[in-house]
Amino acid sequence: MTNKKKYFLNAHIIDPCNSINEIGGLIISEEGKIEASGKRVNKNNIPNRENFVDLKGKHIIPGIVDMRVFGGEPGYEYKENYRSLSEAALSGGVTSVVTMPNTKPVIDSVSIVDFIQRRSRDKSKINIFPTATLTKNAEGTNMCEFGLLKNKGIVGFTDGVKSIQSSRVMSRIIKSAYDFDCLVMQHAEDQELSKNGMLNDGIISTKLGIPGISDLAEKIIIERDLTLLEEINCRYHISQISSKKSLDLIDYKKNIVDFTTGVSINNLALNENDIGEFRTFLKLSPPLRTEEDRLSLINGINKNLIDVIVSDHKPEDEESKRLTFSQAATGASGIETLLSLALEQFHNGSIKLEKIIELITHNPAKILNINKGNLSVGTDADFCILDINKPWAVKKEKLLTKSKNTSIEDRKLQGKVLNTFVKGQELFKFK
Amino acid sequence: MAINSNKAIKINQKHLLGIQDLKISEIKYILSEAQQFIELNRSKNKKLNILKGKTQINLFFEPSTRTQSSFELAGKRLGADVMSMNITNSAIKKGETLIDTAMTLNAMHPDIIVIRHQDSGACNLLSQKVNCAVLNAGDGRREHPTQALLDALTIMNRKRSIEGLKIAICGDILHSRVARSNIYLLTMLGAEVNIIGPSNLLPKDLEKFGVNIFTDMTKGVKDCDIVMMLRLQNERMTSSYLSSNREYYEYYGLTPEKLKYAKPDALVMHPGPMNRGIEIDTMLADDINKSVIKEQVELGVAVRMACLKIFCN
Repeated sequence: MTNKKKYFLNAHIIDPCNSINEIGGLIISEEGKIEASGKRVNKNNIPNRENFVDLKGKHIIPGIVDMRVFGGEPGYEYKENYRSLSEAALSGGVTSVVTMPNTKPVIDSVSIVDFIQRRSRDKSKINIFPTATLTKNAEGTNMCEFGLLKNKGIVGFTDGVKSIQSSRVMSRIIKSAYDFDCLVMQHAEDQELSKNGMLNDGIISTKLGIPGISDLAEKIIIERDLTLLEEINCRYHISQISSKKSLDLIDYKKNIVDFTTGVSINNLALNENDIGEFRTFLKLSPPLRTEEDRLSLINGINKNLIDVIVSDHKPEDEESKRLTFSQAATGASGIETLLSLALEQFHNGSIKLEKIIELITHNPAKILNINKGNLSVGTDADFCILDINKPWAVKKEKLLTKSKNTSIEDRKLQGKVLNTFVKGQELFKFK
Repeated sequence: MAINSNKAIKINQKHLLGIQDLKISEIKYILSEAQQFIELNRSKNKKLNILKGKTQINLFFEPSTRTQSSFELAGKRLGADVMSMNITNSAIKKGETLIDTAMTLNAMHPDIIVIRHQDSGACNLLSQKVNCAVLNAGDGRREHPTQALLDALTIMNRKRSIEGLKIAICGDILHSRVARSNIYLLTMLGAEVNIIGPSNLLPKDLEKFGVNIFTDMTKGVKDCDIVMMLRLQNERMTSSYLSSNREYYEYYGLTPEKLKYAKPDALVMHPGPMNRGIEIDTMLADDINKSVIKEQVELGVAVRMACLKIFCN
């Protein structure tokens, strides 16, 4: 494949990995790699005869790395497949995703990893980084083959929607993950305590007559795990937190052990009041909590206590949501609105722009130990062009994901990805 | 009577899904309508034709004796054609979803659907999908509006007014839709409500509903005009909300001794069905000087007639 070199000039480039936040240009090589980036790239130092794209007033950011995505394959292709996921991701500026292993069958062995890698190579336009489960069949009892799976290309281990309940199993996981230098990603939820719960335990759950999930269910697991890490500190990431109580604990533990923390964009943008009269699209895990919790999470980002923002993209078909709240499936699709929804926090003055970009590009890549989410010279040219002010509204029928269970139907957003490139190829263009 | 006699008040709601959706004037209007049916139900000829030609479907997903028969009788006495769906023989058993069932029934042009469902919010979902009025006969833990209305009518018939009364609601509040509907209704009508139960059976943030919370029953019933007991569901024992029936009865069962803390003329209520010897002393339940439990059932028919009449039109 021979491509021409591409030149982009006069853009506002934000590349937190290289501490670049300036007006400049980007040169993409014939091989689809970054050749140069930043203010040194301008009209005066590119060949005269070359065409260039003038991006005055636009932003260039590294392709987004979404650390928590349910891809559908294998087993749930009717909810999402790699092709529909790619289209949805690209329209939101996401070029790399970390897929959760809660598929059918569960991703817990080398042969299944082999299968999904072939599928993603054939069908996916974006980079798929699969995770495997911590325990066989995500049952929380027998550890998976961390070493072998890591060799096969698994970037992290998690039971996805489940938490390791047994302290004994968790302590062994931590030791084994340490030996193989593996990343453990925990969905923190004491499932005994949260059993039957469906939304935040509080006035809303009492009013709606729906069993609640206490924020303590999250805190207990985090506290246990961080205590276990004091003995042996493996690479450890809390997938998502939802409450002030968890954040206060993280603040306290930050100087004692090494770990990182994620948050879902849903918990940053919504609170339990948005559930209204049983809106099943807002039945999420972790649940939406109070406005005080939401504000504390924003504060946590600004205090560097939260490292990553994820979409927690969980496509669910209409049939799984057109039910009573108790029967409806948990989760919302959100990969294509992740960036735009996060930009709300920039436009309302809560979080700085470069901070938001850092939490969806460089930080997840650093935690995963992958060379993505940056515009460093010589790396794959995965990036997107962004109009940070462009207004648009989320319409279910316009979403590209296979399942339209968005948590923010009709929400007016500001900021839209115009073009997305993977390995130098333009794979999405806003129409 | 504290009830304002009918001043042609209109109900703004199309459906009766919960007390929390109603205004005080609307509640008083329903109660005053119900008042008129009490005498009718005691007379020899109980049949009216207010709802002649109307179709009422009872859709009960949970077992029920009094509510279902009460709604059925109420509809028949008003002249409606009443159909009670038998869930065990229906397509729901074959895996049909609530929305599809709603669509199917809706195609038959009913005028009113009465629904009881084990899931909170099921009646809200149904009401979004059908053209007719929906009456909630109990949804999960959320609301049981006609029960609260009949409780209010019973209290008013005995105590004239609800305003200023001190009312204790005691038992399994966490799982109780009756408690929630009564909390909304009684506080709206100006009663002081004491909630009594073990911490394991109290939902979170309940104090924000403007009620007083007690875990000590004798303190909670002190000087109360009404003591309303709730049914304890036996499955609560197995899921370790409580240790034993015996202990529960000892601390939260209503006995003549505990009732002494209430006012001398205090009345005892229970929405039924009762667990005698678990939440209430069996003699007390039958004591005609104290217990108005049978009256609650009687007035239930009148309240449901009023609701059917109002929401059917």
